[in-house]
Amino acid sequence: MLVPISWLRDFVDIDVPVELLAERLTVAGLEVAHLKYIGLPQQSVPGVRMPTSDHLVWDREKLLLARIAEVKAHPNADRLVLAMVDYGGEELEQCVTGASNLFGYKDKGALDPPIWSAFAREGAEVWDGQSDKPKRMTLKGRELRGIYNKSMVCSEKELGISDEHEGVIVMEHEGRYVAGTPLADVLGDVLLDIEFTPNLARCFSMIGVAREVAAILDAEMKYPSYDFVAEGAPIEGQVNIDIREPALNPRFTLTLLRDTAVKESPFWLRHRLKLIGQRPRNNVVDVTNYLTFELGQPMHAFDYDKLVERAGGLPTIITRLPQPGEQLETLDDALRDLGAETILVADTAGALSLGGVIGGGETEISAATRNVLLEAAAWNNISIRKTIREQRVHTEASARFSRGVHPSQAILGCQRGIELMRQLGGGVIASGVLDVYPQAPETVTVALPIERVSRLLGMDVRVEQAAAVLRRLEFDVAVDGDIIRATAPDHRLDISADPVVGQHDLLEEIARIIGYDEIPESIMADEMPPQRENIAVLLEERIRDALVGQGLNEVINYRFTSRESEALLVPTGLASSLPQADYVEIANPAASERNVLRHTLMINMLETAVNNARFQKTQQVFELGKVYLGTGDLLPEEPLHLGILLTGLRSQPWWGGGTADEMDFFDLKGVLESLLHALHIDDFSLERGRHSSLHPGCSADLLLAGERIGSIGELHPEVAARFKLTEAKLLCGEIEVEPLITHHRRLHTIEALPSTPAVLEDIALVVNANTPASEVEAVIRQAGGRLLKDVLLFDVYTGDQIPPGKKSLAYALTYQDESKTLTDKNAARIRKKIIGAARHRLKAELRSQ
Amino acid sequence: MTDSIEQIRREALDALREVTGGGALTGWRSQYLGRRGAVNKLFGAIGGLPPEERAAFGQRVNALQGELSRAFEERETLIQSQLMARDLEEGEIDISLPAYPRRQGGLHPSTRTHREFQRIWADMGFQVYQSRDVEEDEFNFSLLNLPPHHPARDMQDTFYTTDPRVLLRTHTSPGQIRAMRELGAGGSRPIRVILPGMCYRQEQVTARSEIQFTQVEGLAIGRNIRMSDLKGTIAEFAKRMYSPGAKVRYRASYFPFTEPSMEVDVECFLCDGEGCRVCKYTGWLEIAGSGMVHPDVLRNGGYDPSQWSGFAFGMGPERITMLKHGIQDIRYFWANDLRFLRQF
Ligand SMILES: [Zn+2]
Repeated sequence: MLVPISWLRDFVDIDVPVELLAERLTVAGLEVAHLKYIGLPQQSVPGVRMPTSDHLVWDREKLLLARIAEVKAHPNADRLVLAMVDYGGEELEQCVTGASNLFGYKDKGALDPPIWSAFAREGAEVWDGQSDKPKRMTLKGRELRGIYNKSMVCSEKELGISDEHEGVIVMEHEGRYVAGTPLADVLGDVLLDIEFTPNLARCFSMIGVAREVAAILDAEMKYPSYDFVAEGAPIEGQVNIDIREPALNPRFTLTLLRDTAVKESPFWLRHRLKLIGQRPRNNVVDVTNYLTFELGQPMHAFDYDKLVERAGGLPTIITRLPQPGEQLETLDDALRDLGAETILVADTAGALSLGGVIGGGETEISAATRNVLLEAAAWNNISIRKTIREQRVHTEASARFSRGVHPSQAILGCQRGIELMRQLGGGVIASGVLDVYPQAPETVTVALPIERVSRLLGMDVRVEQAAAVLRRLEFDVAVDGDIIRATAPDHRLDISADPVVGQHDLLEEIARIIGYDEIPESIMADEMPPQRENIAVLLEERIRDALVGQGLNEVINYRFTSRESEALLVPTGLASSLPQADYVEIANPAASERNVLRHTLMINMLETAVNNARFQKTQQVFELGKVYLGTGDLLPEEPLHLGILLTGLRSQPWWGGGTADEMDFFDLKGVLESLLHALHIDDFSLERGRHSSLHPGCSADLLLAGERIGSIGELHPEVAARFKLTEAKLLCGEIEVEPLITHHRRLHTIEALPSTPAVLEDIALVVNANTPASEVEAVIRQAGGRLLKDVLLFDVYTGDQIPPGKKSLAYALTYQDESKTLTDKNAARIRKKIIGAARHRLKAELRSQ
Repeated sequence: MTDSIEQIRREALDALREVTGGGALTGWRSQYLGRRGAVNKLFGAIGGLPPEERAAFGQRVNALQGELSRAFEERETLIQSQLMARDLEEGEIDISLPAYPRRQGGLHPSTRTHREFQRIWADMGFQVYQSRDVEEDEFNFSLLNLPPHHPARDMQDTFYTTDPRVLLRTHTSPGQIRAMRELGAGGSRPIRVILPGMCYRQEQVTARSEIQFTQVEGLAIGRNIRMSDLKGTIAEFAKRMYSPGAKVRYRASYFPFTEPSMEVDVECFLCDGEGCRVCKYTGWLEIAGSGMVHPDVLRNGGYDPSQWSGFAFGMGPERITMLKHGIQDIRYFWANDLRFLRQF
């Protein structure tokens, strides 16, 4: 909401620079998003920083309030006139202007009453009114169609008040200023753009903000007069009120003004509305808008005679829920179907308006209106919220009622509103206010021991100090020893009747107004809960570190996907290996391809790989994240999975040589085994893979303590083709993390480092081509026994030198005895055992050298 | 014979000066100092001398042997250093050629920031409590003092599941209730945890907003937790996270689940508070929302709010990462472009 400082000053004296006020409001919870300056200079305040404003600062010598005494015709031009201006100088200054709104005064002689306007003397800086873009210009004397001119009567655009450049400023004058007063003192202003959090419903008006200002500055609040001159017949008997849903409409008040004139509002009212972004309409509607902003009480004005006509006599205002199928055409020309819970203002002939939200067209104020019935009511904020949502209509009224307006404000609105209307349009106000108030909110009194304030804030607050702060906020405070009994003022709905919550409500007010800065910074002295490591988090981090150490980049993907996307992971005709669980389905997805939560990390990792493939041939990434498996219970399981994806070159191309080999299954296997090693997990094995999304011949399942916990391998070619990831082999895997956490060894022992020399030896065995290498290695290790320290497969050969159906596996063997140096004889004995076992168990032959 | 000693000496030293390579040097040594070399021949000649001359002659041959040995070593050292110098010269490479491209892995920037957070909070006694992503409406809202139709619900656009009781958490705060109920032993034990995790909001995806984002929330519950403790704890965090001299500003604010509530600003670390585009020329950056745990939330967690109090705070790691690294577009985080990820 835009809050002109000039308007605030109606209600509270402000003796600090507006920049400092903005800072103090901000730290007190009324966030001032920015300041908009009109004519006044920006002040610098120590400790307060804000963007430098590039607005026009009005020169106090050259931009002045002026009286236009007479408007004469220009001798040489029809579209120009000569304004005779009194700016406080010795004599009137003749000023050539094309302002169309002065043409009506042409050749009328001395104007009585005179017009007041803004006057720029020679040398004054103003905005160029003709320019589309903001452009400054300095007034210089020049001839205009034969008449020398050096000054100007200004439009709002030229002064930076608004974009209006149709004519010059024309204002009535209330006699407060004389001609020649610096314009900055008359129209200079600063607008505070304040954002309100939901708890600040009470502040959503000039008076609401002024109350906060008064409390913060410890200044006196000056309320406007709510008296009205009522010389007409009593309002009772001229209209009735019938509230049918008191819970939704706790109060309804009406006042009546007869024989008034609907016309344009005076300058001060139009100016204030325009400053805050409202379009002036007529004096009646403008007053309702004005009070919405001044008091925070939205109002509605009916054409009384139309109500009489509809009722065929004495009108009755009924607030009720709609009948089935009922419709209403509102002021925004929308014909609305009314939901069953929409509270309506109606009369005996039908609906008149959406209560607290928007009026209907039929009974609105028109130029012909003579008698005005003014409504101010209170509405249940949740009911209004539902209407806003259902009808998709946002108005200044609904913005306030949906946050909550205390019913006490309604009658104030009626009283002040009807009097303002009388002053602006004339007429006679009916005696009294028709006030139906079936449901007054309870008055809340909170008992707050001062000890609790000090204890919760962590600072000593004296009982009188806290009481004074609450009084500044208009609480009715009684001090009873060390206990404060504070009764909430009648504009607040946010103080809870719950004793403990109410205490916190007051605590916040006390802390806020004393200032959060005053609260010290302390170190928690409270009992410390037992410090226990979170093993799961620790392991997750170790997994990340191990993979990063292997040169992989961590990715974090959307957890959203679609069933169709995940179905792409399953080749045609194969049974899916993806988790057979329900999907968590989003009712209001951001996009249809993101309408469920993922069952697998693979889908988004593949999509990421596709995106990266445009720029990167080689990708090595992993993701550690949840998948979401519906179980039929209210909430799904959210197990953590690890996904790994590799593609591209094993090593980067380099001028110094190296291979340009593509990564394959064994790279991924290496990543996995290194990870398991880093976690000190050795109770694992790999079996030929069965995952439907992976190449059946180039994949493996990971078993941990006999349980299948994941799969790795080359992406199934059919799936790869669907994602157009066929340039290089794409290796991917997905593993459940929970079993890794349960099986990892927190402690492991280190083997001693022998000082005896090792004996190295190579051995090549020819075995059946379908004998798994792991089996050969197992036989070698078993036969080699304690002294065989290492078995390294360094060559796999099939070809001419080997019989068909066979392969040669060459191993580098390391023998070592920690206790003594091995002799050649010892080594030969081990070798013999190995060869014997291989012959016997694998039908292996030693390959001739 | 004496003349021959001098002659050999001169001849040997002259020859040594001509020696430049390793091979010639070895040749020189065998010629003069070897078993059949000139010096040994002189020793052999001692027997043929008259007895009275033998001692003096022997001394002179010894002296010659010593002198030639020293000369040899000197020459050898010189030649070796010359050879070394030549080898070094020949071994010169173009150091401007590109390096071998070692592969560097990296953590996702959000993980990096989370780790920094967790380390700092762990130092202050806050342990990680992991909670669920898919939540009950009740935990995400009602138990946090956000009943249906509460105005603050509008502040968060929620992803609902097809079961209206279930949604994707819009903040990590539902974990507060779960942590209190799980760790609080029926409201009888103090708690100090941080709750990191992914949160979700139904927003337009733009450079400034995403449908998923991570949060870290902290919660301390005790019999005597004060607002001053909240300030002190956050100030300590700011000092460790930003700079030892980091200035902090506290603004009153509103969150349904805390009261009193406050926003925490830290002096802009990009401009040292002088005002820049990032801090919108205010000199402050918003880093956390926080407050004293609302009595209703304490109750919902099983605590008696007249006996127990607590504070909570929440921060957005992506925002802080963006500020620190000048990242202009939040969509970079989940797009996982390797060109982005490799810059961390
Ligand atoms: Zn800055």
